Amino acid sequence: MATQVLRRRLGQILSQANPKPNSKLSLAKAFSSATAPIRATLFPGDGIGPEIAESVKQVFKTAEVTIEWEEHYVGDQIDPRTQSFLTWESLESVRRNGVGLKGPMATPIGKGHRSLNLTLRKELNLYANVRPCYSLPGYKTRYDDVNLITIRENTEGEYSGLEHQVVRGVVESLKIITRQASLRVAEYAFHYAKTHGRQRVSAIHKANIMQKTDGLFLKCCREVSEKYPEITYEEVVIDNCCMMLVKNPALFDVLVMPNLYGDIISDLCAGLIGGLGLTPSCNIGEGGIALAEAVHGSAPDIAGKNVANPTALLLSAVTMLRHLNLHDKADRIQNAILSTIAEGKYRTADLGGSSTTTDFTKAICDHL
Amino acid sequence: MSTSRRSVPLLKTLIAQKSQTRAVTYMPRPGDGAPRPVTLIPGDGIGPLVTSAVEQVMEAMHAPVYFEKYDVHGDMKRVPLEVIDSIKKNKVCLKGGLRTPMGGLPTRHENVDIVVIRENTEGEYSGLEHEVVPGVVESLKVITKFCSERIAKYAFEYAYLNNRKKVTAVHKANIMKLADGLFLESCREVATKYPSIKYNEIIVDNCCMQLVSKPEQFDVMVTPNLYGNLVANTAAGIAGGTGVMPGGNVGAEHAVFEQGASAGNVGKEKIVDQKKANPVALLLSSAMMLRHLQFPSFADRLENAVKRVISEGKYRTKDLGGYSTTQEVVDAVITNLD
Repeated sequence: MATQVLRRRLGQILSQANPKPNSKLSLAKAFSSATAPIRATLFPGDGIGPEIAESVKQVFKTAEVTIEWEEHYVGDQIDPRTQSFLTWESLESVRRNGVGLKGPMATPIGKGHRSLNLTLRKELNLYANVRPCYSLPGYKTRYDDVNLITIRENTEGEYSGLEHQVVRGVVESLKIITRQASLRVAEYAFHYAKTHGRQRVSAIHKANIMQKTDGLFLKCCREVSEKYPEITYEEVVIDNCCMMLVKNPALFDVLVMPNLYGDIISDLCAGLIGGLGLTPSCNIGEGGIALAEAVHGSAPDIAGKNVANPTALLLSAVTMLRHLNLHDKADRIQNAILSTIAEGKYRTADLGGSSTTTDFTKAICDHL
Repeated sequence: MSTSRRSVPLLKTLIAQKSQTRAVTYMPRPGDGAPRPVTLIPGDGIGPLVTSAVEQVMEAMHAPVYFEKYDVHGDMKRVPLEVIDSIKKNKVCLKGGLRTPMGGLPTRHENVDIVVIRENTEGEYSGLEHEVVPGVVESLKVITKFCSERIAKYAFEYAYLNNRKKVTAVHKANIMKLADGLFLESCREVATKYPSIKYNEIIVDNCCMQLVSKPEQFDVMVTPNLYGNLVANTAAGIAGGTGVMPGGNVGAEHAVFEQGASAGNVGKEKIVDQKKANPVALLLSSAMMLRHLQFPSFADRLENAVKRVISEGKYRTKDLGGYSTTQEVVDAVITNLD
């Protein structure tokens, strides 16, 4: 507890002492080949968070990635400026640095304050959640040919958090869809498809039932698709999509969806490749902010026991590197991770092995 | 076709498990065997094809039902009054498939070994949408204690009467605290009245992930509207596709039986032309209908015949990895009736 407070205070002092210029990413890219380190915010999170964050730092150090981490922790009191346990300083840090990595954070169910993840999304305007799902060679699941990306609108839709009780026993929850947000996420989806050489973008919806809301989302996707004629665009109803994903996931390439469907589908896809412990994820915000995160829970039951699987956080860190255009380093680290898992000698408990976190990390460092 | 072949063994084990747990006792009251009228709506697309399959098999079994057929199509603005009257009179209806869903009756769905009980009158599909200002649209998701309690009671009653061990409530109450929170509250209250049935809750995204990796942990699932739609279709995909999932929509006074998962095979013209639609789902739904009408022995005969045909593997339609036409499968089922 005391060390956390100390670290936070240290972070505050450091950030106050080193004001960064406000052009974030372009400056970072310009300097990435030089020796000036890129600053990135790190939220280790709760539970197993600190252990796996340690793992990431070690791998990056061995790979000689010039990133300087600014660590921030979640407080235990509500900061009135953010209405949640995240402090204003933490958010400012991410805004300044332009990139961040986040470990798992716990959200208590049904308590009434804003969830931490929602706070981050709203305050940093993280409008797209990108989750690449590909089958890991060497780790066998019932599905071997998964290679898709789910892009989920992350600010509105069903998760607006606008609920109220009409009369006793009747509750209403508002689902909001706006043209601006839908266009924004559609633009990102097609841009991503183009820059990563993907052939097809599928918009997932339920516009046959929710004609105005999902209808607006589809209209925006169609508009954007006309600007990218070389990419195939299709629309799939969500029930069909669920069924096809479960029967033949190779049919899909890039999926773009509103918030709720995106949540469910992206977790479904994670299930196809082996679970949340292996799935990377990255949140894109306005102005080129990227916050990579591990989407699994904080697993309090195994916290501190050195058995957690750091793969998800490592792969998320890799997507963060790609966002920074450090592709060669990203490829090196990714290959090291994949070959370690494929080899099978060092695997954590959730993958069926018995290695500790530190052994697994060391094996990856050896593979670099 | 490797994906279809992969799902069929799973289907076989699921079906095998189900037949082991079923026990039938039937003491008829005098007059119970009189033929019962059932409203039949063939519908669009593959609908007529699969409903005629059901008619043939019912005839071959000499089942005590007779059908009153009505023509309803998805593009009609409302269901014709005479059809509604017929359903109200007969209280039971068998539906082929309409291109857009028919509204107005409270509904639930059923699955092969997992039973998905889905609230179907409110929730996300209330249809209450409006444009606030140009470019901003709102849709209302309504959850009421009345409907949540009703569906929870049905779910536990179903589990109790069918000797099921566990009911799982599917929700997203960590984000939609009030709406899904109300749903969960109702489920918890009802759960206390059935202490012998295990109750647990699972968040919908975790649920889909578990369905895909470890479906055997689920027994009966109760969900609000939207999640129920997704979960049912995911479960259908795991169990072998829409072609084999039966479905029943049960209300306080009426029941409508149809294919369990809505993912649209209704619109596939190619399948209709070549007469290759899979009649298994509707046949299993009509078996559910027979149970609802309290003719369990006929239902058993029908289900056993269908299971035998599927496990034999000689007559299978395209979605299960075979090459047969609808008629061939129907003939096979009729020959397998005992």
